[in-house]
Amino acid sequence: MNGDTTKKSTPYTVPIGPVHPALKEPVMFNFLMEGEVVKSVDFAPGNVHRGIEWMGMRRNPVQIVHLTDRICGICGIVHSLSFARAVEQIAEIEVPPRADYIRTILHELERMQSHLLWAGVAAHELGFDSLLFLTWRVREQSMDLIENLTGNRVNYGIVQIGGVRRDISNDQILLIEQGLAYYRGLLDQMKTVFLDDSTIRMRCRGHGLLSYRDAQLLCAIGPTARASGLAMDVRHDYPYCAYGDLDVQPVLPPQEFGGPQGDVYDRIIVRLLEIAQSIDIIQQCLDSMPAGEVLWEKKLPKLLSILKKAHGEAIGRVEAPRGECMHYVRMDGNDAPATWKVKASTYSNLMSWIPMLKGEQLADVPIIVASIDPCMSCTDRVTIIRNGSADDLTKEDLTQLSREKTRRFSRC
Amino acid sequence: MKLTKSFNRSLWVFHLNTGSCNGCEIEIVATITPHYDPERFGIKLVGSPKHADVLLVTGPVTKMMAPKVRRVYEQVPDPKLVMCIGSCGQSGGVFYDSYNLDGPIDQVIPVDVYVPGCPPRPEAIIYGVVKAWEKLERLEAAQ
Repeated sequence: MNGDTTKKSTPYTVPIGPVHPALKEPVMFNFLMEGEVVKSVDFAPGNVHRGIEWMGMRRNPVQIVHLTDRICGICGIVHSLSFARAVEQIAEIEVPPRADYIRTILHELERMQSHLLWAGVAAHELGFDSLLFLTWRVREQSMDLIENLTGNRVNYGIVQIGGVRRDISNDQILLIEQGLAYYRGLLDQMKTVFLDDSTIRMRCRGHGLLSYRDAQLLCAIGPTARASGLAMDVRHDYPYCAYGDLDVQPVLPPQEFGGPQGDVYDRIIVRLLEIAQSIDIIQQCLDSMPAGEVLWEKKLPKLLSILKKAHGEAIGRVEAPRGECMHYVRMDGNDAPATWKVKASTYSNLMSWIPMLKGEQLADVPIIVASIDPCMSCTDRVTIIRNGSADDLTKEDLTQLSREKTRRFSRC
Repeated sequence: MKLTKSFNRSLWVFHLNTGSCNGCEIEIVATITPHYDPERFGIKLVGSPKHADVLLVTGPVTKMMAPKVRRVYEQVPDPKLVMCIGSCGQSGGVFYDSYNLDGPIDQVIPVDVYVPGCPPRPEAIIYGVVKAWEKLERLEAAQ
């Protein structure tokens, strides 16, 4: 009898992944469970590592722009934009104002489709497949709009070093305005469906908690940090493209919903409000769109020869739908960059899984994992292999590595 | 091997990501949503390879994923079809010179239908499923 009781309370391990229907991308989780409650959690990314940075250091910047599109299919413009901004700073290229506005419009359209995509996935993880289908049906409008503007639904290939590759015509501006009107009418319905539903509130309120302090300590960014009350947004703090001319404030969970509490529900609120913010930003861009060129240099061979002469290093920072995305580039007078480092948004948010999942039930794991909008293909940049086997790095090791790297960067 | 009657009417699909950029993933999910609605033909995504007739494979197959791809392939019951979605599964695509790939997919598991594109449009994916269906019908007729 006694033996049985000890057996029941003994923690056991539940491995989930890397191939699992609750995970859209391969990542391995190990849960240490006691009954239904998660005692501790560990995860092992690295399945999607394709060596993109290594490939990039063998290609010229114009080719890399198309490679950056394929770092992540959802944040297509985010990576190409932050890479282009880094290279433009090195070569001192001034982007024409109209190109900046077009970049901003596409950036916000992408945020809208990404947040709608996330809302659908979140509904699916909660077991509301009808809601998944509703959000993905309305998402198709933004996909049609993006296709009309860039020529592609995913991996747009619109950003070029020194501008954008396509202008927006007056007819297309009308189309964008129609699209915005459609989403404005829809937002209230979306808010009702997501926020007034008592089941969603019960599943999400108070689950996956990330306190203000933890969010600070773990360097969380984007909607994950804003839901915990950290007022940070690269678009507001370090404006790029056209954001300096526009009115952009970080979106925090409003008082009517009880202010920031840092749970899954708050992350839903923040993302829904950001869709409204994106509509507003696009409208501001359309109202004050300057005329002029959209490319700094149209002739590719000339652009390449200028980039080949460029020396220096720079960081391109962009507020992706998931948080800050950063590209570090160093050019030393060759075709290809000497160093290219990508820090995607999910990389900073991964660690917040650990406090979020602790003490939760196994059934809440999918929605909590999804609540930071993880993107493994963005994140899996480096796999450490020693003596032929992948090493598990402890937190101390990582801190040590991180400090070493900061020192290395400050020396160059 | 005789195909069952129910197989003629519906295809259940399992989706496997082998290191893709998510572009094909979101197009596959977009494909099954009401805008395109292939579920009226009985095509739906399932949660386990053991329930599936068709394996949708995306991505260039990273070294870490290759053994898992083989294991998932073995778990799909016969008769089965493998569809390769996207350019990087066919040739490596933009990742052709990477050091961490075991792919293209047909180097790891046999592939029946290729859907090119980076990523392919939902219409192209549905067209690929129709091609897979035709291949199954040919297999059935040959028996």
